[in-house]
Amino acid sequence: MTIQTDVETAVLPAERAARAATRFGEKVRVDDEGAWVVEAASLPEVARALRDDFALDYLINLTCVDWPDRFETVYHMASIQGGPPLCLKVAADKAKPIVPSLTGVFAGADFQEREVYDMFGVRFAGHPNLRRILMWEGFAGYPLRKDWREAYYEDDNKPLKSRWPEGDFFFGEDKIADWDDNIKYPSGYQAEGVESSRADDNIVVLDADELHRAPSGSERLIVNMGPQHPSTHGVFQMRLTLDGETVVDLQPVMGYMHRNHEKIGERNLWLGNMPFTDRLDYLAQLGNEWGYALTVEKLMGLEVPERAEYIRVILAELNRIQSHFWSITFLLNDIGAFFTPMMYAIEERELILDLFEMATGSRLMCNYMRFGGLAYDLPEEFLTMAQTLVDDRLERAIDEMDAYLSGNEIVLERMQGVGVLPPDMAINFSTSGPVLRASGVPYDVRRAEPYGVYDRFDWDVVTRPEGDVFARYMVRVGEMRQSLRILKQALRDLPGGEIMGGKKAWQIRVPAGQAYGRVENPRGELGFYCVSDGKANPYRYHVKSPCFVNLTALAEMTKGHKVADTVAILGSIDIVLGEVDR
Amino acid sequence: MAVMNPEANRGILQPQAILTPEQLAAGRTGESGIVVTSLEKAVGWARTRSMWPALFGLACCAIEMMHTQTARTDMSRYGMELMRASPRQSDLIIVAGRLSRKMAPVIRKIYDQMPEPKWVISMGDCASCGGVFNNYALVQGCDEVIPVDVYVAGCPPRPEALMHGILKLHEKVRAEGIDGWNDRGGGFGITVG
Ligand code: SF4
Repeated sequence: MTIQTDVETAVLPAERAARAATRFGEKVRVDDEGAWVVEAASLPEVARALRDDFALDYLINLTCVDWPDRFETVYHMASIQGGPPLCLKVAADKAKPIVPSLTGVFAGADFQEREVYDMFGVRFAGHPNLRRILMWEGFAGYPLRKDWREAYYEDDNKPLKSRWPEGDFFFGEDKIADWDDNIKYPSGYQAEGVESSRADDNIVVLDADELHRAPSGSERLIVNMGPQHPSTHGVFQMRLTLDGETVVDLQPVMGYMHRNHEKIGERNLWLGNMPFTDRLDYLAQLGNEWGYALTVEKLMGLEVPERAEYIRVILAELNRIQSHFWSITFLLNDIGAFFTPMMYAIEERELILDLFEMATGSRLMCNYMRFGGLAYDLPEEFLTMAQTLVDDRLERAIDEMDAYLSGNEIVLERMQGVGVLPPDMAINFSTSGPVLRASGVPYDVRRAEPYGVYDRFDWDVVTRPEGDVFARYMVRVGEMRQSLRILKQALRDLPGGEIMGGKKAWQIRVPAGQAYGRVENPRGELGFYCVSDGKANPYRYHVKSPCFVNLTALAEMTKGHKVADTVAILGSIDIVLGEVDR
Repeated sequence: MAVMNPEANRGILQPQAILTPEQLAAGRTGESGIVVTSLEKAVGWARTRSMWPALFGLACCAIEMMHTQTARTDMSRYGMELMRASPRQSDLIIVAGRLSRKMAPVIRKIYDQMPEPKWVISMGDCASCGGVFNNYALVQGCDEVIPVDVYVAGCPPRPEALMHGILKLHEKVRAEGIDGWNDRGGGFGITVG
């Protein structure tokens, strides 16, 4: 498979739009923002044609907007060769929203469509398994619909007055109660309701006949791994159907950490969302902030000063290194090297977190980026410390890890040839980040649609052809080295000057419109889709989570492997539940 | 008994709990190899010296919890490096992160599976009171489903803050006697951080 990564040679959607408009005739209308409004019935046909004839073969985002008069499902499709995405929109009826499913064209649409169904109640005709994914089966209502009011918490006067409308609060210290009173429920909360609906979702009742129908004649077994399991990287559940010890089927069950980030995002002020993005993928805080800042800057048409762009690069790359340290050693945890490599990795991570704390005031929840720049400049000592760390310490630490771990016989035995994902499938499943690149596809947003000042640095996109667990591990090790390369250049070239563009304003005004911004996070392409109606808070705020979409391919990768391998495969996808469940 | 110098170890090993300073000064330990103490104190001491936490992390706070186990803060100094993946082998559950309504029955089950005596630390603002996420999907504080001994404030609490919480819990455990853990100190937890 030959793939071009040169942006110049990739055909841009603007040119494609002209050619394509004639071909689809009545079925497609191009709106003033360049998005295609597609007739619902012809969506699969149009998508297939775009994929096959116009090289838009990579579905990067799928979501929905609840307008007063219609639901609008939104699709972003890009070319795996690079270039900006094309936006497709399909209108659905308010009372009975049904849209054809894209799962037949893009396997990666699976979970994203389920999410839209869960949150908006839009049905996707032809979806093989249209069930709730984040909330539990049996939950009433569709939380992201505009007319859905949160029971108990939500008030009409959003966004600031919703918590204690009656002003009736107490301090925990004042409360003296006995053992029983220590357990309290909000009024109207039904613990039994939660129990029973959970049971609906998680206990599968199979009849004996079906269990015995396994091809080998052996008994099929359903095993629940998680949500409390040492290897699930958080509260994530895998429901495995086993034949002996071989995995026949795998169903991910998620949502155990769902707090509806998007709903909170829609009632927050624009800037108020910034600290919340830290809490998405908490191993890649600054990457998340950058993604959100980038999107809103697109909407507002802001220029970011050069110094701020460089500082963003420096922090994002440091972030990538600490995150990859965490993920490769967690993968080793999963295959049995319990906690020893971790100890070494966290030692380096602590040093990077120190730098974060120095620059932003916090180790994890940085809240550092602003629309148009940064909250404050770097302290003086930062640069010398960062320089020493980059020049003297991290490189050695990475080499050391690599030398001790990558050649280890057990590591090779457990990782090589396990969980293979071929390149065409990796693209079709919309995977991104190291998972995609380990399948030999050199797709990296920093190259495909460069943001910030990434086009000024000299670095390589790391790929591996094998597509197995080991390849994903090696891609991460390679990426840490590339990050160091970028860091060296960025630290060398860091210019002086302002860190905040535009003029200071108390209120942030975001003009009406919509934007999709994306960044290459350690776990893959993180996208933000924001719609503004010119008011103080976003009308629609959607996060396209790379981990969530990468999980779509999990079942495919694990089939035919042993139970123990699923643990390694999940570890190699490297999920962070804060972002999967949002 | 490794405790020879009460001053050097003050606040960490708490030799006073086992021997009176006079006994120590008289060098009784070294001579006879016999230590006299009350059963209550011995039990309290034993419980705090190897309190195994459940290997259970929910969200961002879990990252700091894992940092607490590693070289810089080093929880293993207190015999706590052994995070148990099975609740049936753990004495302590650190609720590290936001607790969703979907997860609430699960955490209750995990708590119920832990053998008694057992303790709970609610780590971070989310676990303690819902934190920044005030909405329908989250339980506004894990004390709605399980009783909490120590609340550690912070979003996330630094590893040092969690350590402070753990030491507070140790203090509490030492003070509460053999079956005092059932009392929960009058029903409300300690807040630190
Ligand atoms: S308290 Fe803060 S750091 Fe901890 S889980 Fe909640 S949001 Fe994350």
